[in-house]
Amino acid sequence: MSDATIQTARDAGLVACTQCGRVHGAQETMCVRCGAALSSRDETSLQRVWAWWFAGLICYIPANIYPMLKTSTFGSELDNTIIGGVIELIDYKSYGVAFIVFFASVVIPISKFLAIAYLAYSVQYPTTLPGKVRQHLYETVEFIGRWSMIDVFVVAILSALVQFNFIVNIHPGIAAVSFALSVAFTMLSAQSFDSRLIWDADEDRRT
Amino acid sequence: MTAHDPALDALIACPACDALHRDAEVPVGEQARCRRCHTVLMAPREGAMTQIVMLSATALMLMVAAVFFPFLKLNVAGLEHSSSVIDAVLAYSDGLLVPLSVALAALIVILPAVRLIAVIYTVGPMMTGYAPLPAAEKAFRLANALKPWAMAEVFIVGVAVALVKVAGLATVSMGPAFWAFVALVLVTTLKDTFMCKLTVWKTLETRRQ
Repeated sequence: MSDATIQTARDAGLVACTQCGRVHGAQETMCVRCGAALSSRDETSLQRVWAWWFAGLICYIPANIYPMLKTSTFGSELDNTIIGGVIELIDYKSYGVAFIVFFASVVIPISKFLAIAYLAYSVQYPTTLPGKVRQHLYETVEFIGRWSMIDVFVVAILSALVQFNFIVNIHPGIAAVSFALSVAFTMLSAQSFDSRLIWDADEDRRT
Repeated sequence: MTAHDPALDALIACPACDALHRDAEVPVGEQARCRRCHTVLMAPREGAMTQIVMLSATALMLMVAAVFFPFLKLNVAGLEHSSSVIDAVLAYSDGLLVPLSVALAALIVILPAVRLIAVIYTVGPMMTGYAPLPAAEKAFRLANALKPWAMAEVFIVGVAVALVKVAGLATVSMGPAFWAFVALVLVTTLKDTFMCKLTVWKTLETRRQ
């Protein structure tokens, strides 16, 4: 079926619920089916996306500089940053796990920053990727974001487990906090994005 | 225009891209997708309500076991130390890191549990044919909003990574809570695949009238 035959709720002068799909008259403000707030398009969406995006980016910097993990062995202390932890795993020859940690704490956060920025940019300025691809990109970002938390959990488990007073002790570092915040902020950034904007921009370009 | 305009009842809009569709009955076992962005709109299944409630109840019971039983046991040069999920949560409980401890408790235990309870509260009465409980809509909206924040499965992968990290340092053995947690993640994932959001909303609406 060609795109020309598709009519949106907004075209029809209606407003749809993004939670349950129920269609309402334009003046309704609350969904009669599920009680969610209604708005044809979320005008503040992009502002919120960028605000959370910058907050996330700011937290991501100290997360990489400061230690994530503090290991003290017989009184001598060793600090590990995120990258340091990955390198240590490679030294242990656990390449698979090193890859998982690297992917979750470096590749996913950085590509998420880029992807959200691109999506927010693409609804205001002309871009080349078709709507379907950008919709997929958005869904991927939403799905994958939470997996960045792996490293924070690893640190928590290690610190709970490795508590042998004088022999070896592991404590969490301050980077664990800023990394967790960074992940939470980028998740909020992705959730603030109104995916209907992708398709509006697509339509405007054709006409 | 009133809230119950019959013409609007016959329509459904894609939550992702706003495209309008006629709200046709979808046969059990099949999927209805948005014709523009291909988001799954509806995917009803035979006996889904019962399965959702049963799986949620199972997950809730597993959660109790997963939280309180010993999770992992570590052995270094004769010294033994076992820890439960509660210990992992409390790992951040000194000084500056207290907020992180609270956040971890929320992500690993509290939010997944709240989500399960909210789903049972919403779908439970409908499974047996009763009218929905008061504020069932609120509960189900809460369950949907919490979905990205319930991170039990991410925690399990974290455990696997942590195990590899300490493997060189000590002998590790898994306690009963570890297996309870793995089962919990599987059951929750299964429940989420059975659950069709739009079908639940539509059933809620019809049962209310």
